[in-house]
Amino acid sequence: MPAKPVRDALTETLAASDAGRLADVHGPYFGQFGGRYVPEALIAALDELEAEFRKAQADAAFAADLERLHREYTGRPSPLTEVPRFAEHADPDGAVRILLKREDLNHTGSHKINNVLGQALLVKRMGKSRVIAETGAGQHGVATATAAALLGLECVVYMGEEDTRRQALNVARMELLGATVVPVAVGTRTLKDAINEALRDWVTNVESTHYLLGTVTGPHPFPEMVREFHRIIGAEAREQVLERVGRLPDVVAACVGGGSNALGLFNAFLDDDGVELYGFEAGGEGIESGRHAARFSGGAPGVLHGARSYLLQDDDGQTRPSHSVSAGLDYPSVGPAHSWLHDIGRATYEPVTDDEAMEAFRLLCRTEGIIPAIESAHALAGALRVGRRRVAEGLRDQVILVNLSGRGDKDVATAATWFGLLDGTTTEGDR
Amino acid sequence: MSTATTASATAARLDALRAEGRPALVGYLPVGYPDVDRSVQAVTTMVDAGVDVVEIGVPYTDPVMDGPVIQEAAEAALHGGTRVRDVLRVVEAVAQHSGGRVPALVMSYYNPVLRYGVEAFARDLSAAGGAGMITPDLIPDEADEWSTAADAHGLDKVYLVAPSSTPERLRLTAQASRGFVYAASTMGVTGARDAVGDRAERLVADTRSAGAAHVCVGLGVSTGDQAAQVGRYADGVIVGSALVRTLLGDAPWSERLDDLGRVTAELATGVARARTAEGTS
Repeated sequence: MPAKPVRDALTETLAASDAGRLADVHGPYFGQFGGRYVPEALIAALDELEAEFRKAQADAAFAADLERLHREYTGRPSPLTEVPRFAEHADPDGAVRILLKREDLNHTGSHKINNVLGQALLVKRMGKSRVIAETGAGQHGVATATAAALLGLECVVYMGEEDTRRQALNVARMELLGATVVPVAVGTRTLKDAINEALRDWVTNVESTHYLLGTVTGPHPFPEMVREFHRIIGAEAREQVLERVGRLPDVVAACVGGGSNALGLFNAFLDDDGVELYGFEAGGEGIESGRHAARFSGGAPGVLHGARSYLLQDDDGQTRPSHSVSAGLDYPSVGPAHSWLHDIGRATYEPVTDDEAMEAFRLLCRTEGIIPAIESAHALAGALRVGRRRVAEGLRDQVILVNLSGRGDKDVATAATWFGLLDGTTTEGDR
Repeated sequence: MSTATTASATAARLDALRAEGRPALVGYLPVGYPDVDRSVQAVTTMVDAGVDVVEIGVPYTDPVMDGPVIQEAAEAALHGGTRVRDVLRVVEAVAQHSGGRVPALVMSYYNPVLRYGVEAFARDLSAAGGAGMITPDLIPDEADEWSTAADAHGLDKVYLVAPSSTPERLRLTAQASRGFVYAASTMGVTGARDAVGDRAERLVADTRSAGAAHVCVGLGVSTGDQAAQVGRYADGVIVGSALVRTLLGDAPWSERLDDLGRVTAELATGVARARTAEGTS
């Protein structure tokens, strides 16, 4: 049986959803989380956006446009790759099978393009001519610059000054694509402050400009809308696993920064009670070090960037700086739907340290010939951990589906420094 | 809705000034810049130089409605260790210094108040003699908890409207507000501008039509002439960055206070002549 065609997955995505399914919960609230904690000046634009999104959901022509772009431009469906040599590191006797959903093979190198193309088509429908975006690692900025070039939109990307240094090649990529990259030199100079600056731009230019937010955070309708545009990840993966393995996976794993790749994958399995869902946050240098981005282990509910969600904050409600070796997970809050899934116990969130993530990064390179994004390496490390744990509990024939949300080309410099490849020394091979 | 039944010190002040034939000058300064003690000195200087209502800002790490001047002061205040509870000290100082004549409103993004405890913050603000709170990132739709606490403690609830607000939202916001409605003169963040947006006058008229008894205008006012111009149609003229700017820099503190007093006095002359023939020329 072939994988479900892109068109069917999209129709499923865009169809009016049933009440009663976790996968179809609408904003603005996910349990006590979500909402619209933004200046009044933005409310009209958010209402306009939501109205246009609802119209698009009911419009077969919109689905057809997006389906064509996914197939002809992005290269969907993205394949499913089993990684047995990597999985041996969870259990040498083969009790754990690991399957990767290859969002890294999408055009622009990550899952980000799914959401960007969807929103960019909405921008055209709304008659706006300018898009702005925030970016941390640069993946969302590159995807936005790409869609803007494709559809003839002016594009400005806000990026923390610290991140423009960490990801200099992605700055050049965005500029090659015709975007203007604005380094943000206030606050912590990372993703959080890039979002602040993008919001200030949006408040000022909202009548001509769409804020193409890159993850499942922010004010309603972004958390729901971005989930819908990424729903295709899980819809494809579910069919692919059923075809390949003959049953649903035991565990589904993804890294969680804002949480869009995770939610896109989780969504297809939320209502399958037998499937355990794991989100892996950046544990940085360890929870006890205070230098991490583990909102569920080291944060508490609060409000940031328009939504109520788990948040790294001090006793005064001031946002605490996050830390991660991966710029894409280096964010002090998380999408409200994840906070809800955490609180109702449907998904489990665990931190993965920089060290663990980099070890999994190296392992996937060496055992499978795939260089993952460091963000995705957190999910790989988490999958190994969960696999080992389940084997230790006596379980066998475990199938773990992991979202390989991005490729590691952008991270080569960081990894080379991490492993000491630039100063003439090399680390020992594992084989 | 309890709006009609709870008296507002701020509204009473605006009414008294209206009877005198002029709008209010509403001055903003953040607590903790350059430190808490000196921010008390700055606020009382501003009161002595002629502001009618004060707004005391709570510094926050992520002030998305603020431009570079207020961001700089907030960042420095946080760096210097300013705490949320310090705002209560400044509120108390204003109440004492002015003998209760000058209403003191807190301006805060929502998360610091949420973390403090919304009910506890309302209780402590009221006990300190505060008049209420302005909430730049809290719209009435999300404000049930704050509204309940404010009503319980007799505090003003000042929400914002913007040129982009629809008639429906103007009605909702006017209905939910107590004290006054804060009309953003333009689409944008705080900061001095060469000209106050021409959409401000229309927005004030529309907000009044939507049911607001008092409407004050903020964003972009920095000179006496602008204050006079805006004061023709608004119940109050809100000035922030132009005042904060006088305190930035390395000049001796006494000189900075003098500068603050001078700019405040110029703005006060502006509102004083707003509704005279001279002011409208």
